[in-house]
Amino acid sequence: MNAPSVRNEAAPVAAKPQASEKPHTPLLRVTNLRKSYVTPQGPLPVLRGVDLSLRPGETLAVMGESGSGKSTLLHLVGALDHADGGEILLDGVDIAGLSESARATARREMIGVVFQQFNLISSLTVEENLAFQARLAGRLDPQWQLTLTRRLGLEELLSRYPEQLSGGQQQRVAVGRALAARPKLLLADEPTGNLDEASGDAVLALSLELVAETGCAFLMATHSARLAARLGRRVRIEAGALAGS
Amino acid sequence: MKQVFWTLAALVSHWRRHPANLATLLVGLAIATALWSGVQALNEQARKSYDSAVAVFSGGNLQNLVASGGLFPQELFVTLRRAGLKVSPALEGSARVGDKNIRLIGIEPLTLPRASMLAPLRETKEATKILTGEGRSFASAQTLSDLGLLEGARPKTERGFVLPPLVAIKQAPPSAIIVDIGVAQKALDKPERLSRLIVSNEAPVDAATLAPLAGDALRIVEPEDESELARLTDSFHLNLTAFGFLAFLVGFFIVHASFGLAFEQRLPTLRTLRALGVSAGALTAALFCELLVFTFFAGGLGLVGGYLIAAALLPNVAGSLEGLYGAQVSVRLALDPSWWLSGLAMAGAGALLSAGGGLARTLRLPVLSVARPIAWREAHHRYLRRQAVLAALSLVAAALVFCAADGLTMGFLVIAFVLLGAALLLPVALAAALRVAESLARRPLARWFFADGRQEISGLSLAMMALLLALATNIGVGGMVEGFRHTFAGWLNDRLAAEIYYEAATPTDARDIETWARKQPDITAILPIWRARTRLGGWPVDLIGMAPHETYSQHFTLLEGGADAFRALHDEDAVLISEQLARRLKTGLGATLDIPASGDNWRARIVGIYPDYGNAKGQLRVDHERLARHFTDVSGVNYSLRVAPGAVARVMEEMRTRFGPAIVRMIDQGELKKLSTDVFERTFMVTAALNTLMLGVSAIALLTSLLALSNLRLAQVAPVWAVGVARWRLAGLELLRILLFSAGAALLAIPLGVFMTWGLVDIVNVAAFGWRLPMHVFPGQWAQVFLLALAAALIAGLMPVTRLARSAPADLLRVFANER
Repeated sequence: MNAPSVRNEAAPVAAKPQASEKPHTPLLRVTNLRKSYVTPQGPLPVLRGVDLSLRPGETLAVMGESGSGKSTLLHLVGALDHADGGEILLDGVDIAGLSESARATARREMIGVVFQQFNLISSLTVEENLAFQARLAGRLDPQWQLTLTRRLGLEELLSRYPEQLSGGQQQRVAVGRALAARPKLLLADEPTGNLDEASGDAVLALSLELVAETGCAFLMATHSARLAARLGRRVRIEAGALAGS
Repeated sequence: MKQVFWTLAALVSHWRRHPANLATLLVGLAIATALWSGVQALNEQARKSYDSAVAVFSGGNLQNLVASGGLFPQELFVTLRRAGLKVSPALEGSARVGDKNIRLIGIEPLTLPRASMLAPLRETKEATKILTGEGRSFASAQTLSDLGLLEGARPKTERGFVLPPLVAIKQAPPSAIIVDIGVAQKALDKPERLSRLIVSNEAPVDAATLAPLAGDALRIVEPEDESELARLTDSFHLNLTAFGFLAFLVGFFIVHASFGLAFEQRLPTLRTLRALGVSAGALTAALFCELLVFTFFAGGLGLVGGYLIAAALLPNVAGSLEGLYGAQVSVRLALDPSWWLSGLAMAGAGALLSAGGGLARTLRLPVLSVARPIAWREAHHRYLRRQAVLAALSLVAAALVFCAADGLTMGFLVIAFVLLGAALLLPVALAAALRVAESLARRPLARWFFADGRQEISGLSLAMMALLLALATNIGVGGMVEGFRHTFAGWLNDRLAAEIYYEAATPTDARDIETWARKQPDITAILPIWRARTRLGGWPVDLIGMAPHETYSQHFTLLEGGADAFRALHDEDAVLISEQLARRLKTGLGATLDIPASGDNWRARIVGIYPDYGNAKGQLRVDHERLARHFTDVSGVNYSLRVAPGAVARVMEEMRTRFGPAIVRMIDQGELKKLSTDVFERTFMVTAALNTLMLGVSAIALLTSLLALSNLRLAQVAPVWAVGVARWRLAGLELLRILLFSAGAALLAIPLGVFMTWGLVDIVNVAAFGWRLPMHVFPGQWAQVFLLALAAALIAGLMPVTRLARSAPADLLRVFANER
């Protein structure tokens, strides 16, 4: 399907925030993060001691081949999975050591996630999907909701259901849902992986614009160097460890 | 709280998009609740009536003194009162008013204990009129309505006795009229006879006090002793409950399938909710709230349905209970709040059991889906393996219960385990058959047909299992009823060999009629059917006195007994014993019985065992003269006549003209057979109704499962369509597959149903009622059930198949949608 006609489509990629505009204290600090999966052949290490940090408003691309551990890193930072060792400090809280319900709270109130497979709730309309996480967090802002709807070009689609949308449209809804609650950290796991190039570029551009407006940090996993180049920083994971930035 | 609220909103939105699945779930839960609660309402109504009947004498925690041999002389009451015992006399018997049987109860209001349920009669303004003037009769408003009488009316019994004017009171049990004891003694023609003494709870009696005064003429019945009627009817109600539970199970399958499907369909949503920050606890709490709403809504609907089912079936059940046990059950449904609560609880239990697996999985649901997708084939094999193991365990459990236990519960458990095992085995059997067919198929479309069928099995398995259970029950219960009908008809022909049956008003009238009959050339034999009552082994037993006549040796079937059984019956102290009494007493041919009689014990030898189908009480057949010698209150008013063919109507007319009110009741053989058969048919009408409902429920299960799966089916059918098979052809193949599955279920239902017939006839019936029926099989019925199964499948499959045939190309193309 063609990329949608949305506002700011032709606008340049969001400018990288100036270092002097960002606070110095990292929002996210990952130290010596380790994770293995259990297989019939024994434990398979995926992350072997990863360190990184991210300041508010900063954008970081985590690059790597399939199976390198980039998605695993995002899942751990997003409190979606348990680490085997190490520390993940998000706004001063070590989420690696939190209980299940505390991690759910962190996901709800501090983190927004955009998945490769969109993961919209199929039985809710676009409007209901957009507002969902904000409602869960008790932070629905109708004005911000309206702004997101307009900026993402979803005004005409509010009463539709996910299966009635194209992939690009669905991903824009997913971005809107993640940002509606004004998270401190936005995670995107291969957000353009299921989209054609044009749609993918449009979605990323919109995401970066909105991230710059909200001032949240943005961490994206991707195997595409082209897309990674649009973010402020890049790191590469190879064999479970960072190869350098 | 808001977390649970918005999560619940997201979960509920699923039903908005899948109304068919929601309808399945609500309808299934409502039907299951309706069938179960309807049966329980019938049982509760009957038990309330029994309790009400018993409470007349033992309500208020009162002891009673009764005789072992039926009625006893009034002098015993006088003796005990003079000795200082606070006892009050009572007499009860049956009478007919119009065409209704009623229980006539005689009491003495002045001596009634204060705690007695009827004691308030003394305080009413009618109290003075009970003993003076024209007296009073008391009955419930329902009884008055059933008799078509108003307050103040004077009902007339079949003997021509006019009872005092009626007054409505709420303490009276159903179908009973309460009068002064003197009036009852006259109305029942039992002068100076009593049936019990009610003991005041201010001075209870013990055996040591009673023995010197009454010897062994009276025994003490404590208030907590189970009512005889409740005990007699226990098996009837247990059978009804078992049937209701089976029907609930079929409905439960629908609910289970719906919840399972909803869980699978909502799994992506559940994962998304967890990923967005809904905790496992909040998600489970939201699902539980959803379950509660379903329970209240569908359960409430089910209770209304149950009430309507019970109200519709109650007249038949009441008629059966009266015909089988002489029990009087009110036909106006009056249920306690506890019935409503227990019905809701059952709905909740059913819903929780159905959804429990999903709730548990939700609690343990990892936020991230498993990295390695499980192919459908592997999931399918795991499913079939689990089914096979569970089926094997169920069948082993059936064998263990059969070997280790006995009785009614064992019978039901064996049948239940075998039904469950067979139902679990059905998908495995279908999958195996499809695999064989696939290997034999040569054409590619045929191979796809069978392979795709295997993929469809797990989605349809619960509906198929429900259909199997309903079909097997149809065959099983239908086979038992049909077999009973065959046996009963033949037995009835033998038992009712005489052409005319009558009851005289008094023994004097009976002798006059006998004298006249002996002079009639068309009357070839006059056969007394005298009656007395006693108790053996704690069970009520009727004794029937017979005269020596070739009618019995030629027609009266014996299950066991020598050629000279009838000779011995009249020449010696001998008895014939009914099959169910012999089982209860664990006795047999040649054994001796000590029969409590009026003032003595009559020792008699068992010379024959005979079938007595449909009789809950025990029965002994004896020589009528020996009966009169041992029992002083023998009812010597019942007779049958052998009449020349063609002369029956004339003889009956002449008897009516000549003897008028001296004959209380008279009926010919044909009419009596019809009445007996009506009781039989009425009894099994209830099971027939439940059978039909169950089949309907399973057809609904199939329809709703097919509707719910129809979207998933598109994804499986679309690739075949894309390579060049027309939609109408695909729809036809879909319908053919549904018919084949149903035919498979029907084929398995036949041996399962035959097993169920055997279980019911050989174990359940024998344990519940004491008689064993010969086993019959009816292949015609199997063919009927087979066709029913196909019809159910056709009706259920028509809508989803039509939808498939008419689906737009865009719907099928959407399966292939790809953004890359």
